[in-house]
Amino acid sequence: MFPINETMGQYSELFMLLAAGTYTVAFIAFAWDLAKSSKALRTVDLKAAAAAGTPDAAASDGAAADAGAKVPVAAGSVRGAAADADRVAGHLAGPAGRAERPSSSVSAGGPGSGAGQTANASMEYAAERRVPARVAVALTVLGAAIHAAGVLTRAVGAGRVPWGNMYEFLTTGAFVAVAVFLVVLIRRDLRFLGTFVVGLVIIMLVAASVAYWTPVGHLVPALQSYWLVIHVSIAVLSSALFTLTFAMSALQLVQSHRQKTLAAGGEDKLGFMRLVPSALSLENLSYRINAIAFIGWTFTLMFGAIWAEKAWGRFWGWDTKEVWTFVIWVVYAGYLHARATRGWTGTRAAWLSIVGYLCVVFNFTIVNQFFNGLHSYSGL
Amino acid sequence: MSERVKPTKKSSGAGGPQGTPEGPRQDHVKAAKADAALPALGILGMLRWAWTQLTSMRTALFLLLLLAVAAVPGSLFPQRPANPSVVTQYIKDHPDYGKILDSLQLYDVYSSAWFSAIYILLFISLIGCVVPRAIAHYRAMRSQPPRTPKRLSRLPEYGTLVVPAEAGVPASDAIEDAAALLKKRGYRVEVRHDDGARPSLGAERGFLKEVGNLVFHTSLIGVLVSVAVGGLFGYSGQRILVEGDTFVNTLVGYDQFTPGTNFQSSQLQPYSIQLDKFQATFDRESKGKFGQPIDFTADVTTKENPGAPAKKEVLKVNDPVTLGGTSIYLTGNGYAPVVTVRDGKGNIAMQGPVVAKLQGENYYSSVVIKVPDAKPEQLGFAGFFLPTAFVTDKGISFSGDPDLINPQLSLNSYYGDLGLDKGAPQNVFELDVKDLKPLNGRDLAAGGITLAPGSTYTLPDGKGSISFDGVKKYIGVDIHHNPGQLSALIFALLAVAGLVVSLYVNRRRVWVRTGTHEDGRTMVEYGLLTRGEDHRLAGEAVAIRGLLAGAWGLDTQIPPSERADNGPAGTDPADASVHTDPVDASAASGADASAATPSEDFIQSTAGSPESKKDQ
Ligand code: HEM
Repeated sequence: MFPINETMGQYSELFMLLAAGTYTVAFIAFAWDLAKSSKALRTVDLKAAAAAGTPDAAASDGAAADAGAKVPVAAGSVRGAAADADRVAGHLAGPAGRAERPSSSVSAGGPGSGAGQTANASMEYAAERRVPARVAVALTVLGAAIHAAGVLTRAVGAGRVPWGNMYEFLTTGAFVAVAVFLVVLIRRDLRFLGTFVVGLVIIMLVAASVAYWTPVGHLVPALQSYWLVIHVSIAVLSSALFTLTFAMSALQLVQSHRQKTLAAGGEDKLGFMRLVPSALSLENLSYRINAIAFIGWTFTLMFGAIWAEKAWGRFWGWDTKEVWTFVIWVVYAGYLHARATRGWTGTRAAWLSIVGYLCVVFNFTIVNQFFNGLHSYSGL
Repeated sequence: MSERVKPTKKSSGAGGPQGTPEGPRQDHVKAAKADAALPALGILGMLRWAWTQLTSMRTALFLLLLLAVAAVPGSLFPQRPANPSVVTQYIKDHPDYGKILDSLQLYDVYSSAWFSAIYILLFISLIGCVVPRAIAHYRAMRSQPPRTPKRLSRLPEYGTLVVPAEAGVPASDAIEDAAALLKKRGYRVEVRHDDGARPSLGAERGFLKEVGNLVFHTSLIGVLVSVAVGGLFGYSGQRILVEGDTFVNTLVGYDQFTPGTNFQSSQLQPYSIQLDKFQATFDRESKGKFGQPIDFTADVTTKENPGAPAKKEVLKVNDPVTLGGTSIYLTGNGYAPVVTVRDGKGNIAMQGPVVAKLQGENYYSSVVIKVPDAKPEQLGFAGFFLPTAFVTDKGISFSGDPDLINPQLSLNSYYGDLGLDKGAPQNVFELDVKDLKPLNGRDLAAGGITLAPGSTYTLPDGKGSISFDGVKKYIGVDIHHNPGQLSALIFALLAVAGLVVSLYVNRRRVWVRTGTHEDGRTMVEYGLLTRGEDHRLAGEAVAIRGLLAGAWGLDTQIPPSERADNGPAGTDPADASVHTDPVDASAASGADASAATPSEDFIQSTAGSPESKKDQ
């Protein structure tokens, strides 16, 4: 057992505060990006609408121009928007959406094709630069670096892995959430999720420092096991992924509502959602992330059971924490099933993903604090 | 589920399963509904209908969500298997609805009729799913790839290649080349020369996906069965061991024993385990957690059976000792003050350690001493043991530290009939003072008994004396035998493996068709289709295109028009040459828009709509 180093612990807390500060600035930059880009996109849209001609011309021109005149969902070419509206309609109608499912060139061609669209359907980076977004990402990277230092010094201070109580779950979990977000950013342009992810991370850091602050310390014997390293790290990682998909599913619901409104000729009241890819693209990507996270959660459950067997002599005992881990697993299994069940894709699947995440949050907060069980050593 | 089990039904259309999502399945459901409405269905029909419903994907989803919901109450209400006394207390505390909850089995959620019903239905549904699926998949794996659709351009991935006449690759050779390439890429390929001029091939790969899915679902059944086996043939028990005590694995050796349904006492191997020494280490470093335990170590001596050689082992939390097919876990510990009680006649009526039951912070524990052998009257003591005694100004004593810094035993004493001879079982940790007369107590003239190690107190009225000789430590061990454990683990691992394979292997079909243009060029078109989710299909299409182009020495670049929306626009007839010149293409597709005939759509359909450039 390594000795405790209180100085390191204090450094760690300082780093956490600095990281939270940096994230706050990054958050503002992300919000600025949303506002600015949505304004830019709106201008492009209006131009496109103007180009589609007068209402008379639009009527004689048929569907394409018609859709253009409505200020389409995205700033794509006029034709693209019309196609997109069709797709959305088809998607919302239910089973027809199945035909679009393979994310091949067909569905990849969504609204992201036109000028000004920032995150296209396959969420690859577009050519033009979004300065505020770049600033925001740079700040997030800086914040994450400081945050990493905080997590590391905490680990050194305590002489063990930094996830043994609520404070550490939160600070390390927040770091993993940012890290996962940044790693995904390398491949996909998910900067539209920035406000959400960074905002959540700030909340986690603040909650950790205010409500759950715990000085560096040793672990109780029950937690002294290499299974703590394996089981909890996978749980935290999966939760971070679930966080991303939760955000995407929530956006998907909003976007799908907006697309429906627009397709029906309604007014676009949610301008900032222009920056966000179509509901279908969101659904597809969140499905893929959820699939990874589900595998992670399956491991969490299994390793938890193996650990429980080591520590308590039974691999499953319906302890509250076990119950909720099971509930989460079943809900996400339901989500995967929903995606393969006609009439359950799209909005309903998104709701399941959201419910699953709410269970994750419940399991982490309420269950850890207020339910008595064998797992009640979260350091409170 | 049936939508997956009967791929033949679905892929009847040119678009394949993806292209015609509405078709037969809908009819199927409609038919089922219509059936349901018919009174003349008969019992067999009804059963069949019920079975179809039960094994449908929708039902599986519904049951899954129901299972999630049904599991929740078990975390809201105390559960009998975990803690029966808490349940009893809960019912007492809530006289208004406590009993009602009990009748709804809310204290035994996981063995309740309704919870069992849900998971049994789910698993029946699962079996009903897996078996037909496995059969269908076995057939699919042995059959040839499905026939080439008429309009490849309808497939989600579609492209064309043109081999110049000079290259000297006739249509029939081209298809063989393509077949060879796809085989090398792991596809199962069938070449079809049937209509001479336009040979085609069908190829398929990724059968492992379905295998993975089947393994996953089957393994879930395996896990459930393993758990059931453990419940039937396993057993578990508890025992408290004071330093120096030996436990022998026989029924009488246990303090508490829970046999499985099919348990036989001959299953117990008579091994023994002796607690030599127990050591607890407490945190002396950190301020916030000062005095929190950081290590428990029990040194034990074990013997496989009475005649076997003794073996020294270490038992720790998270590190059980395995012996005679069981595992022994360190689940608790505490202090056992050693006392000597003499009766009124001066004889030793009781001598030895008394297990003190943990009650609060810092090993604040309760002590009950029953001395049935005391004469002329039986004696009883009840009180507390504090490893580090502190007394507040209000006279409330508490323990200031978990270590033995200032151990203290404070007791009340009683005499009379302990009631032990009546044969009714008694809790050793509780003293029923109803029929006893108090001797010592805080509110009595004699006051309470307070003892430090080494001291002796003489009871009033010549009833005897009690000495506090010292303190030993005890551990609580759980002993488990679960024969289903290993197979549960194996099935769980299989399930994960199946899950990963099922989610990350893609089932894909490729069709290629070739033909010869009037001017001698060899025209090649290909289409790809996937089953389920496959975001890498586009990548596969590009890869295959690259391979084909490489084989024939073509420029691999994809003309813009090819990533067309494969909707009706894609069937616009146009000369194949348009692929080299998008501007030309728009002109051609516009001009010839009315010339499309279904039978000619193969070569001609290769041009996309010009607008679809945007898709790049
Ligand atoms: C014990 C309850 C069940 C659990 C926990 C469960 C879990 C899962 C999971 C996690 C997946 C996604 C991974 C994969 O594709 O292999 C899946 C897929 C699937 N499950 Fe289940 N399942 C259960 C019961 C059932 C039942 C009763 C059925 C049939 C009615 C069924 C049919 C399917 C099908 C068809 C898929 C493939 C979906 C696709 O292709 O995307 N499952 N299941």
